[in-house]
Amino acid sequence: MNGSEGTIMVLVATRKGAWFFHSDTARRTWRVEGPQLLGQIVSHAVLDPRDGRTLLAAARTGHLGPTLFRSTDLGRHWSEAVQPPAFARAPQGTAGRTVDHTFWLTPAPAGEPGCWYAGTSPQGLFRSTDGGVHWTPFSCLNDDPQYIRWMGTVQDGTPDGPKLHSIIIDPRDPAHLYIGMSGGGVHESRDAGRSFAPLLNGLEVVEGFDRADPSFHDPHCIRMCPSAPDRLYQQNHCGVYRLDRPGDEWVRIGRNVPAEVGDIGFPLVVHPRDAERAWIFPMDGTDVWPRTSPGGRPAVYGTRDGGASWQRLDRGLPPQQAWWTVKRQSMCADGLDPLGLYFGTTSGELWTSADEGEHWQCIARHLPEILAVETGHPSAAAT
Amino acid sequence: MKVLIPTPLLSYTGVREVDAEGATLDAVLTDLDRRYPGIRFRVIDEQGRLRRHVRFFADGGQIFDPAHPLRADDTLVLVQALSGG
Repeated sequence: MNGSEGTIMVLVATRKGAWFFHSDTARRTWRVEGPQLLGQIVSHAVLDPRDGRTLLAAARTGHLGPTLFRSTDLGRHWSEAVQPPAFARAPQGTAGRTVDHTFWLTPAPAGEPGCWYAGTSPQGLFRSTDGGVHWTPFSCLNDDPQYIRWMGTVQDGTPDGPKLHSIIIDPRDPAHLYIGMSGGGVHESRDAGRSFAPLLNGLEVVEGFDRADPSFHDPHCIRMCPSAPDRLYQQNHCGVYRLDRPGDEWVRIGRNVPAEVGDIGFPLVVHPRDAERAWIFPMDGTDVWPRTSPGGRPAVYGTRDGGASWQRLDRGLPPQQAWWTVKRQSMCADGLDPLGLYFGTTSGELWTSADEGEHWQCIARHLPEILAVETGHPSAAAT
Repeated sequence: MKVLIPTPLLSYTGVREVDAEGATLDAVLTDLDRRYPGIRFRVIDEQGRLRRHVRFFADGGQIFDPAHPLRADDTLVLVQALSGG
């Protein structure tokens, strides 16, 4: 852990700005700091784990074009990116694509300080090597006619627009990348993003559509296990899956979630030290997709055996009439021992568990709709 | 020419009135970006289209075309259109 002894920071990105929550490793009391960037639609806010002081926040307002805000003093001062993620200018006479907002931020592994990846809506992949000040596009993906066809149109995407997300860098090999596109499927690169290939075997699609066509695949959230980077978990539009490399066949482990709850949802969290453990937040994905907790009774489900079985974890959560849910970036873990889990709701509540999901506590209410929750460990120099 | 900056973009310029040069709206915005990096992309997208909720005025009229000619003695006014709910 690269951070000062005993401090934890939870970064909550919302539709109206960002809020930061601070605590010590006991995680019994929290100090709130915010709002930050009030009025900005903040899709993702991430503290750089490599230096514990650089914050990036992907933002746009309803009026101006998108940008990325950057702070090197934990949010006391912010400045906008000099060159935010933007697609290449299209040839004369063609429409070209425009970035509506940056959706996802991933810092590169420790061996590449200052390097970040960003995923946008509509789907685009970008990289910065100067801590988020300048961003350059991955043309092989963003401008490739085949990939653009697989990305589909705005009509094929999620309500807030189609997205590129779940940018995963293999900590053993920074040239090995995974990405997810909603829609467009899961893709892998082994040459630092110069080329990508679909990784879709075993994944289901909505009934009646062609599984072989990446256009019809909709991964919601993909996570690599830090303790076993050959293991990936995925929450998909069509269930929860696991993939163990070098295999290429996803296995639907969500079939083992109780059928009355189902395995549809958006976020997925993996344990940083135990690849058998993961957590999901099922939602109602029946009928017209209400995107609420099933039956109005929210619960986290956790597995201790790689998805062979799942346990309901709802102690402390509302027992009934709670119709919120959790977006794909709004659930995370803190890396401490015992592991802390966190999720933010569409109704603006922040929930925490300091005992790996056994008990839950609400530490903030009445925030705007929560779009992302991340944890970080500020460096002693930054606090 | 003078360029008047709306409140949400003061984080780039620090002041409401700045100078920029250019013979067209596009050229003035490019020069503005040279002086205040990143500001252009907030008001004009990567395909050169004016952003939907930003308005540009000069010489008493609204400008809809990035190629619209401007004179050195014009005052370009950037306005954030607070449309929507």
